Amino acid sequence: MSCSRRDFLKEAISTTAASVLPLSAFVLLSTEEAKAAVANSKVRYAFLIDTNKCVGCGMCVRACKIENDVPYDAPVTRNWVERYIFTKDGKIHIDSPMGGRDGFTDNEMYGEEIDPKDVTKAFFVPKGCNHCDNPPCVQVCPVGATYQTNEGVVLVDRDWCMGCAYCIMACPFGARYFHPVHKVADKCTFCYHRINKGLQPACVQSCAFGARRFANLKDPDDPVTKIITTERVAVLKDLYGTKPHAFYLGLDHDVR
Amino acid sequence: MKWHVLHPLWVGLGVVGLIILGGRFLVPDDFGVHGRSFTYGYHRLSSLDDWKAFPVKYQGRESCTECHEENVQLVSSSVHAPIQCENCHGPAVNHPDSVQSLTVDTSRELCLRCHAYLGYPNSNRGAMPSVEDRTHRRRRECSSCHDPHNPGEKSE
Repeated sequence: MSCSRRDFLKEAISTTAASVLPLSAFVLLSTEEAKAAVANSKVRYAFLIDTNKCVGCGMCVRACKIENDVPYDAPVTRNWVERYIFTKDGKIHIDSPMGGRDGFTDNEMYGEEIDPKDVTKAFFVPKGCNHCDNPPCVQVCPVGATYQTNEGVVLVDRDWCMGCAYCIMACPFGARYFHPVHKVADKCTFCYHRINKGLQPACVQSCAFGARRFANLKDPDDPVTKIITTERVAVLKDLYGTKPHAFYLGLDHDVR
Repeated sequence: MKWHVLHPLWVGLGVVGLIILGGRFLVPDDFGVHGRSFTYGYHRLSSLDDWKAFPVKYQGRESCTECHEENVQLVSSSVHAPIQCENCHGPAVNHPDSVQSLTVDTSRELCLRCHAYLGYPNSNRGAMPSVEDRTHRRRRECSSCHDPHNPGEKSE
């Protein structure tokens, strides 16, 4: 088969045109438009979690499940508390039975009793959705059912989600789960219904120790924002580049 | 080129056309870019209102104070002051409008969430006053000896 230069150019130009054309069907924001959309928001919510204060009572998990109608006895949670125990033999034991819903009331882990005398250090790490600035869960949604609001909250549209679970796979923090009743992906909403009425998220309100707090990062007078901006805070899985907005005080190197 | 060779192409284009046409009718009007970019902000705008309309269950201490001011004051002067009323008394939801009384959780398990002895010296849990569940008055509810609203003093 021969191909003259004229034919080659013709084919090349028409193919390029045909592949570029469908792009015009998408709405593309210019940089100015995108900036304007975000600048309208005077709010950017973030969590501050102090692992030094947590005692592992699990009241945050219980309050979240009740507040948000997460099936109470199903092994799914929007937030959870992990227990880390370092023993003298150099091992790290980690557990979170039912997400820590019923608190940690004994030294048993996976059916094995850990003697407090063997413990070198032990602590609790409350976790949940990090409401990332670059949420990979949102990027992978094929139908536009999950999105980031202008306040930085990552939400799921229950009417539009088709339950393909790509987002559950995409989250590096395991913060999403498949809702057994609504049959959609579900996650922490930052208690969107509460924060819009001036209330605190249920987990923050129920925490008696101030281990979970929340802040508006765009308000410089917010006391929690002051802690985040002036003290030494860390985030989980920084290397993924998702820019998590749950900041941790006293985070141990071995917490993943 | 003979026309029948192109036949699958026309069928394909027709299917694409039908999908685009169907989308016009099925996709809600408020679907579009509402955030900073197509990547993160492409969604149905009324979904925000759906979430805002979600019912609040935990009303918070301020709501309790409206009627139960004395009880709130009592607990506010004790070491249990940082604990929300609803942590033990249950979420208020529509109380007192449609729900007359709340169920108080007086179980040992609730107290043991914070006060079970675990022996972790360098966590905040180690600083909690704690009991060994297996040996401490096994069959009794904590509130039969301790007053949860004023745990500093032991009642008869």
